[in-house]
Amino acid sequence: METINLKLHVWRQKGPNDAGGFKVYEAKDISTHASFLEMLDVVNERLLEKGEEPIAFDHDCREGICGMCGMVINGRPHGPQKETTTCQLHMRQFKNGDEIWIEPWRAKAFPVVKDLVVNRSAFDRIIQSGGYISVRTGSARDANEIPIRKEDADLAFEAAACIGCGACVAACPNASASLFTAAKIAHLALVPQGQAEREDRVRKMVAQMDAEGFGHCTNHYECMAACPKNIDVDFIAKMNRDFLKSMATARKDIASRDKD
Amino acid sequence: MELRSNEPTGPIEKRWDKHRFDMKLVNPANRRKHTVIVVGTGLAGGAAAATLGEQGYHVKAFCYQDSPRRAHSIAAQGGINAAKNYQNDGDSVYRLFYDTVKGGDFRSRESNVYRLAQVSVNIIDQCVAQGVPFAREYGGLLANRSFGGAQVSRTFYARGQTGQQLLLGAYQALSRQIEAGTVEMHARTEMLDVIVIDGVARGIVTRNMMTGKIEAHTADVVLLATGGYGNVFYLSTNAKGCNVTATWRAHRKGAFFANPCYTQIHPTCIPVSGSYQSKLTLMSESLRNDGRVWVPKTKEDCSKKPSDIPENERDYYLERIYPSFGNLVPRDIASRRAKFMCDQGFGVGPEVDGVRRGVYLDFRDAIKRLGEKAVSERYGNLFDMYERITGESPYKYPMRIYPATHYTMGGLWVDYNLMSTIPGLFVGGEANFSDHGANRLGASALMQGLADGYFVLPYTLGNYLATSKLSKVSDDHPEVTGAVEAVKERVSKLLSIGGARSPDSFHRELGQIIWDYCGMSRTAEGLQTALQKIPALREEFWQNLKVTGTGEELNQTLEKAGRVADFLEMGELMCLDALTRDESCGGHFREEHQTTEGEAKRDDENFQHAAAWEWSGEPSKPKLNKEALDFEYVKPSQRSYK
Repeated sequence: METINLKLHVWRQKGPNDAGGFKVYEAKDISTHASFLEMLDVVNERLLEKGEEPIAFDHDCREGICGMCGMVINGRPHGPQKETTTCQLHMRQFKNGDEIWIEPWRAKAFPVVKDLVVNRSAFDRIIQSGGYISVRTGSARDANEIPIRKEDADLAFEAAACIGCGACVAACPNASASLFTAAKIAHLALVPQGQAEREDRVRKMVAQMDAEGFGHCTNHYECMAACPKNIDVDFIAKMNRDFLKSMATARKDIASRDKD
Repeated sequence: MELRSNEPTGPIEKRWDKHRFDMKLVNPANRRKHTVIVVGTGLAGGAAAATLGEQGYHVKAFCYQDSPRRAHSIAAQGGINAAKNYQNDGDSVYRLFYDTVKGGDFRSRESNVYRLAQVSVNIIDQCVAQGVPFAREYGGLLANRSFGGAQVSRTFYARGQTGQQLLLGAYQALSRQIEAGTVEMHARTEMLDVIVIDGVARGIVTRNMMTGKIEAHTADVVLLATGGYGNVFYLSTNAKGCNVTATWRAHRKGAFFANPCYTQIHPTCIPVSGSYQSKLTLMSESLRNDGRVWVPKTKEDCSKKPSDIPENERDYYLERIYPSFGNLVPRDIASRRAKFMCDQGFGVGPEVDGVRRGVYLDFRDAIKRLGEKAVSERYGNLFDMYERITGESPYKYPMRIYPATHYTMGGLWVDYNLMSTIPGLFVGGEANFSDHGANRLGASALMQGLADGYFVLPYTLGNYLATSKLSKVSDDHPEVTGAVEAVKERVSKLLSIGGARSPDSFHRELGQIIWDYCGMSRTAEGLQTALQKIPALREEFWQNLKVTGTGEELNQTLEKAGRVADFLEMGELMCLDALTRDESCGGHFREEHQTTEGEAKRDDENFQHAAAWEWSGEPSKPKLNKEALDFEYVKPSQRSYK
């Protein structure tokens, strides 16, 4: 089995109030078949054996779908491979002797918890502000009573494929959450069930996105380049169009959700 | 203790309706006075928390992930069954019920399974109303496909991300309730104990994983929907964080653990490549719809490139042995056959420890028949995932697959109301034992999670609250403070051992023991060996564990240590249960009990029961209780897929 040696520069930060900084680790004899996280597991196991604290990082399913993992690798969220989460990035993408810089997502709205772990609960609050269809359990009519054009269902699915990892925010020079928010708005706006709340939803979610301290979208498209699920920036255009339309036609004001 | 299933009687198709009518209701104005704790926010827990919140209860929900959207239900790929008969191919509630009881090898409870089939229909309606983007036909109606073990197309799907889309539906419903203030969400919080007062569950003890703060939460009723214990194997298709701690802690407080030896080994996973490996990746079983499983007919061909092996030198063994089901035989059969072929020396792929552990899953014919575009539309994301992990394109070379631990059918014993042997402690989804018997059919885990969460627990919890006299529990009640103290003590014990080995090293060693002796096939001798090795390993754990850092911060090593400690006890119970169940059934294959053709041979006379283990105060000495299973409607027969 082929193995490589690497030099890692890893961001270490004890807690949210610690200044943090890079530390260097040698990662020797790493199998090229291992995933990036498995490489970190090996490094951590060796640190622990020496009595040093392992590097904290978020991860869970390790099959590219839960959206829990994420770190900036050599300046790119989730690393160099396109449409790939960190857990699905494999060491065959690196060469023997490579130096790798590993950092957490950097955004005001995603405070660092420890090392590479950040707090992404701002995303949850955006969904809580209106990213749903209000339907009571048990009150739904037969599913086939509402036909949906296949093209619409497919497009809704493509928007709904967002895993909420936050790479879009980390990649954006403004730390904007537009791609994440737009994906959810588009998903629900593309299905007939989502129409009743469409205007309110876009206004509430955009207001919440702003209130969380995310920046504005200024069309850099870095989000799409970094997105492991290839969510299209066209959804941002759809969000903006829906938002403008709702400003003109909505029947009620949506209060800013800044907690007063 | 006598186990009462509390099933209603009478015609099976009326049982749930009758039971629902007979249950007591909580007046809407009184609901907010009741606090409900929900641990785990996957399909079962998320759906239950959302529904209970919507009904007006005060819900406190907990998950260990940073967001409820990341529960492991999200990783389920293939689909969800429902008896809609939209395809006009003869499906019905009764047929889904029948298939599930038979597929579970007659080790599940008929009443529960019928109810599952019955409410499956409502689940699809509910999810579509939430905006879940299921696959559609050009006419705009829902599309279906058939799935492992089924001869009707009853599986609804959203490309290869059905679990993700269903979970997001439940998560959005939950988010709506969080915003409405009915649900108080605690993410990055682990449950470390159940508080039991006068024999009744009244709360939980948790650790905030960001700050280390340990605290008690009291309530009128507690629901565990914390998934399965497949990670006892270390390598499995489960998310790394999945653990047994919540159910195991409840077991130690009096909840019986049923059928722990039933593990589903999934046939279509990517084979192991090395010792650093941290998990196994499942390729959706839907691949078996169009992929053909084969190995070379001669051992000399095993090291050749698949393209160099001519058609007549390939053994499509599933199609050969099981002509009527072919590549779609149930999971236990497909898994065991794959292992058998590799053990016989017909495996393909790289040698790991001297054996090639892999069989081909070939899409060549499907690509020829349907075209690359259609195949990519169906399975594109799975093919990409496979290529990312192995570096090989399934469009050019056949995939290599091998079985891996995927789902656990055992879990806490529950009655028809999904209540455990601790009154007031309910258990939903994979964490309970009730619906799948010894073997789970494809696309039925999502169905059970959502059935429990949306349509069963909200009723049965309400009935419990309406019929129980529950006085208020103060935070300084001795059982509350005692439970908090015990958790604190345990955490400091784990931190203070000061040994030399990491939690992962113990976990890996435990996993190897379980895989070797309590994996795809078991023998009395092997299980006895495991029952010697595990207590010794556990002893070493408590002498030689090393955990760095403190308890007052995010400490992932400490989290792992606590979970591995519980797996070490759980693993022993699995082996004991497997040894005691001296028959083969479903995912539990005892080599001593097989037909002449090598299929699982049940012993209905002695083992037609759920084995419910009772904690005795010592892990090696649990007490066995049995719930006899009656089959009034689907008469036990030898499963045959020939």
